[in-house]
Order: sequence, then C-alpha cells, then structure tokens
Amino acid sequence: MESRSHRFKENAAAALANPVLQASMKKAKGKFVDKRAIAIKEIDDFEGTREAAKQLRDRVLENLDLWLEKFESNATARGATVLWAKDGEEICRHVAEIGKRHGIKKAVKSKSMLSEEAGLNQALEANGIQPVETDLGEYILQINNNEPPSHIIAPVVHKSLDEVADLFEKVHKTPRKTEIPALTREAREVLRTHFLTADMGISGGNFLVAETGSVALVTNEGNGRMVTTLPRVHVVITGIEKVIPTLEDLSTLMRLLPRSATGQSISNYVSVLTGTKAADELDGPEHLYYILVDNGRADVIGSEFQEMLRCIRCGACMNHCPVYQAIGGHAYGWVYPGPMGSVLTPLYTGLENAIDLPHAATLCNQCGVVCPVKIPLPDLLRKLREKQTDRNLRPWLERAALKAWAFVAASPTLYALGVWFGVRYLKWLAGGKASIPVLSVAPEWTRGRDFPAPEGRTFRELYAQRKQP
Amino acid sequence: MRVGLFVTCLVDLMRPRIGFAAIELLEAAGCEVVVPATQTCCGQPAWNSGDRASAAKLAKKVIAEFEGFAYVVAPSGSCADHIRNGYPGILADEPAWLARATALSSRVFELTDFLVNVAKLETLPGNFSGSVTYHDSCAGLRSLGIKAQPRALLAKLPQVSLKEMNAAEECCGFGGTFSVKFGDISAAIAEKKCNNAVATEADAIVGGDLGCLLNIEGKLRRMGDETTQVLHIAEVLTAK
Repeated sequence: MESRSHRFKENAAAALANPVLQASMKKAKGKFVDKRAIAIKEIDDFEGTREAAKQLRDRVLENLDLWLEKFESNATARGATVLWAKDGEEICRHVAEIGKRHGIKKAVKSKSMLSEEAGLNQALEANGIQPVETDLGEYILQINNNEPPSHIIAPVVHKSLDEVADLFEKVHKTPRKTEIPALTREAREVLRTHFLTADMGISGGNFLVAETGSVALVTNEGNGRMVTTLPRVHVVITGIEKVIPTLEDLSTLMRLLPRSATGQSISNYVSVLTGTKAADELDGPEHLYYILVDNGRADVIGSEFQEMLRCIRCGACMNHCPVYQAIGGHAYGWVYPGPMGSVLTPLYTGLENAIDLPHAATLCNQCGVVCPVKIPLPDLLRKLREKQTDRNLRPWLERAALKAWAFVAASPTLYALGVWFGVRYLKWLAGGKASIPVLSVAPEWTRGRDFPAPEGRTFRELYAQRKQP
Repeated sequence: MRVGLFVTCLVDLMRPRIGFAAIELLEAAGCEVVVPATQTCCGQPAWNSGDRASAAKLAKKVIAEFEGFAYVVAPSGSCADHIRNGYPGILADEPAWLARATALSSRVFELTDFLVNVAKLETLPGNFSGSVTYHDSCAGLRSLGIKAQPRALLAKLPQVSLKEMNAAEECCGFGGTFSVKFGDISAAIAEKKCNNAVATEADAIVGGDLGCLLNIEGKLRRMGDETTQVLHIAEVLTAK
C-alpha cells in the first residue's frame, strides 16, 4: 500500500473538518473503551496476565529464527508449504505463482493487514484472479473503490450507516435499506455465492503455533471459517513475528486479545487450523500455503524498537488514543493507525517518509497503560524522535529554535533575561485582557484557542524582591 | 525538613502565584523551603523533541542544583516525573551522572503527593469556597500515581465540593510541544475536555499541571466561557 503518511497534517485537518467521521469516532470510542474496561475485570489477575503475555512474546522474539524453523518443520509435516517473503512484492509474486499452479480464478479473503501492506488485491487482479473481501467491513471498502481501512479490526469504523446504505444501493442495485440486519443479509447473499465459487481462500493469521504448526484465527463474522475451509487452496499471509511456542501460550494471549480489542470475553470464532485435509476428513483445503513475511520486521529485531514486535494487533492503543479519537485512522496514511501505527509506519516504510507520525502524540501514555503486551509506546515514539534528530530530519527552524532554547536554558543569566522580556512581551500582547487571541510566535496554538495572559512579572523577579527586607 | 522547590518554567513565566502558593503549603507542612535561584527548566521539551544532548545538559544542571536537598518538590506532575523517572534514562550512558540521577530520583515529588504522603499536611492555610472539578494530568496520573492526593487535600476544605467530570483521566490535548506542532488536533482534544468539565457546572476546573491548565483555559475562553475559573490545586488550597 502506498503511504500517505507524509501528508499527516493535511489528512488530519480534513478529518477534523469531516462531521460524519467525527460522529462515527465519537460512537466508536464509547463502544471500544467502555466494553474493554468491563471485560478486563473478568480476569482475576489482569496485570499478571499482561506480564505473562509480555514475557512469552519477549521469549519468542529473543529466538525468533528458531521458533520460525520449528513452526516451518511442524507445518510442513502436516502437509503445508511454508514460503518466505522479504517484502510486499514478494508476497504478491508468491500468491500469483500459487494461483497459476492451481488454476485459480477467484480468491475469497478474510482480514489480513499484511495483504494491505502488500497491496495484494491489485496484484491479484493483474494476474487474472478476482479478489473478494468477505469481512463485512473490508467488503464495504472494496466495493467503495478499494478504500483503505481506517482501523485494524474495525476497518469501516469511520463510516456512517447512511453512507453504507447509499453504497449498497448503488453497487448492488437494490432498493435502499437502512436497517443494519437487512444490509448485512444483503452482503451475506452476495458473499455466499463467492464462497461457493472461489478456488482460493486467503487469510491472515493472529498467531502461528510452533509446536503444532497451526495458525490461529480470531474472528467474529464466520467468514474466516468459510475462507479457510471451502476453497481447495488456502493461503495464510502473516508477519514473522506472529509465531508463539505452544497452545498453552495461545490460551494466555486469548485471555487478552478479544478483551483488549472489542471488549469480548472471547470472539465469536476462534479457529486453530492445522495442515491440509486428510484422506478421512470432510473439511479443509487440499493445499495449504503459509507466506511468512518480513517487510521490515527482521531489521527491528535486535534494535531498540524490538518491543514493538510484541504487538498482537488488538487496536486498544488506538481506541484509547486522544489523537486517534480526534482524527480517525486514515489521517495516519498507511496500514496501521494510532500509536502502534506511528511506531510501525516509520520503521517499515522509512523514518523520512513518516516524519510527523512520531510527533503526533501527546505522550499521555494511555496507550501504554492499555496495551495487553505492555509495549512502552510513548518511549518508542520518543526514541523515533531522537532518531529523526540524529539524522537531521526535522525542519531546520524547529531544530534551530530548540537549540537556541536549550542554550539559553542552560545559562541562568540568559534565561532570566529571556523570561524578563518574554513575560513583558506577552503582557503587552494581552493589552490588559486576560487572554491573547493571536500569538504570532505560536500561531498553531491560537488558531483554535486563546493563550492566557501571564500575571506580568516572573516568579524569579518577585521572589528575589520578597527575600529583600 | 529542607525542601528544594522546583518552580517549573511555566509557573515562573506565567503564574508566579502558584510558586508562592506551593511555598506557603510546604511551610504550613513544617518544611524549610529553598528556591535555588539558578534554576530554569527540567529539559523535558528537549527530551520529548528527541534532543538527547540538550536534555542531558539540563538534567545535569538540575541534579547539581537540587541534589543537596532532602526532598525536591515541583508543582507539576509532568516535571516531577521527568526528573524522577526520565533523568536516569537520559544519563544511562554516563555512570557517574546516572548514580547522581538515581540518588535524586526517589526524593523528587509532585506537590500534592509530597504534602499528603511525606509531609503529611493536616491543616490547610486556605479556605476556598465553591465547587471544583479535577482534571488528572497524564504524567502525574499514569507515571506517579497522582489521583487520590489532590482529592484528599480538597476534602480538607469544608466549603469545597468536588464534582467529578466524565473522563477526568483523559488527556486534555496539551502534550507540550504537541500543542504548537499540531494545534488543531490539540485544540480539538481540549474542546472535549472543556465540554466534560463544564458539564459538571463546577465553579472551577482544577489541576496540578500548568501546561494543561493553560490549554484548558485558552480553549474555554475561545469557546466563550468567561466565568469558569481555571486554577492550580496550590492556588485552591491557599485561597483566602
């Protein structure tokens, strides 16, 4: 997927001015935040479980190559083929080759963020394979001119019911429906035909279980089951960091994932899929492929950002982020929005291509507090800012201002002089009023709010005076 | 008990009365308060902007100025957190300075935390009268555990009623330099905070960090609210 992260500020401004988006974000926040708060109370020792999940993810990342080899050998033993992809292009090449080998005309897809990273749908079409998104949200986006998702688990969270009703009327050429059950039924009817006629199913993978060579899928709509069992070929596309050692580990993570993501005790469907269809089995694919993707992940291993790879893609960080809540996911410009996206996008697409994202956070640490695997997101954002400084990627004016300020702040005399003038300047700007409506040194501040006037003299002046008898 | 007051750069520039209120409270708790005259800023803006060198320079300056005191108190959760939890990380590569940063760390407190848990202040010098709603600032709340302390102090004022707002723990959108780099987003977040605060119909919005309070006050006035007061907790606790 082509990144539009370099246009973050314009994207955000458009989002703030979009009333439909604003209404949708308000509605979604209540749903995600309140439901999670209730769901985590069901676990006796939520903090202990978080710590256990963090540790097990860290253990995997310490020896990622070994766990991947173990997964590969166990998956292969159960009849699967494990392929490796360096980047999005290689994902597309693998899938095209598989399609050619098995004479595939149509592929049904359940949600896969990796396929978004790779821009897979366009590649499939170019190779004569019709891709059909079957997650309801992803389906809505696909029929809306391949609009990108705005959230990793709720891809159409930015859309209103009215927008979907208009879209279905236009694309399906059916009478306009405004009830959610009626719209859902209409989508099901369309998708049912595709499930039955597709010869390839493409899914993501929430976890890869090394000891059994299985993929675990966490879904709510049931489309994942159809995609992975009906077509004769199943392709799993997932990141190399998704491997975990055991089924026991899966159960630890499953206590956290649905609760953190949607506030559910457990998702409607949890599938653990192992191998191809055996001779005595009725369901399952005849051919099973795993495409395990690097796309920037291997470089993060061993770096100061390794903790980011613990991520289990629940979306709690964005759901709780005041910035995400204000602007929605599209503004972030690539596959992953919110705090996790502001870390992953520069890491995977290049620091210089997402210059604003690490700064687009108040560092309030609500994301760090809710993350089920305890990723210190504000610390990682700050480290990315440091990387930008090291590489002189920030605007020169900002760098110069920061250096000048730091120089002055290091000298008590200069600093005292600076604030002496500063306070008088601000007081003069206020002109006897309690607020300054336009502050030319910080125009961004006063575009949307006033700047309160200072008292008029600095603490250091008044304190020095008070001490004198 | 000899306490070094870290005034904070915002209080120095914008609201000296908060600094004097902090002194009054600390003295009421029986502390001898010293205000080192050479202090400037804790360096957090540099650290959060990715300028480690400047952040380290200012951290060393603060350590040298304040390590001689039994305690260091700041009328700000954000600055106290930066000195307490930020400095050891900033100076991790310089063993001698790391040792000094670590030695200082456990003696640095946010004002209300210090008054309640260390100095155990019983009687407040003020008698503020009115209803207040309390905004929990992020660093104080999530890094230092400042939540019950300001409320315990407010509860000692017989004529103060606390009206909790919805989402009191959510960020106000200030975020230091975020507020001037992404002013529109910052102001949009501030608007939600103001709406939640105003819905309580409290006479005053109170908090422990001046950055947040300037953000909230600025947004409130722009929204046309000229009457709701925006006050630092130290001002409320010392109001006569």
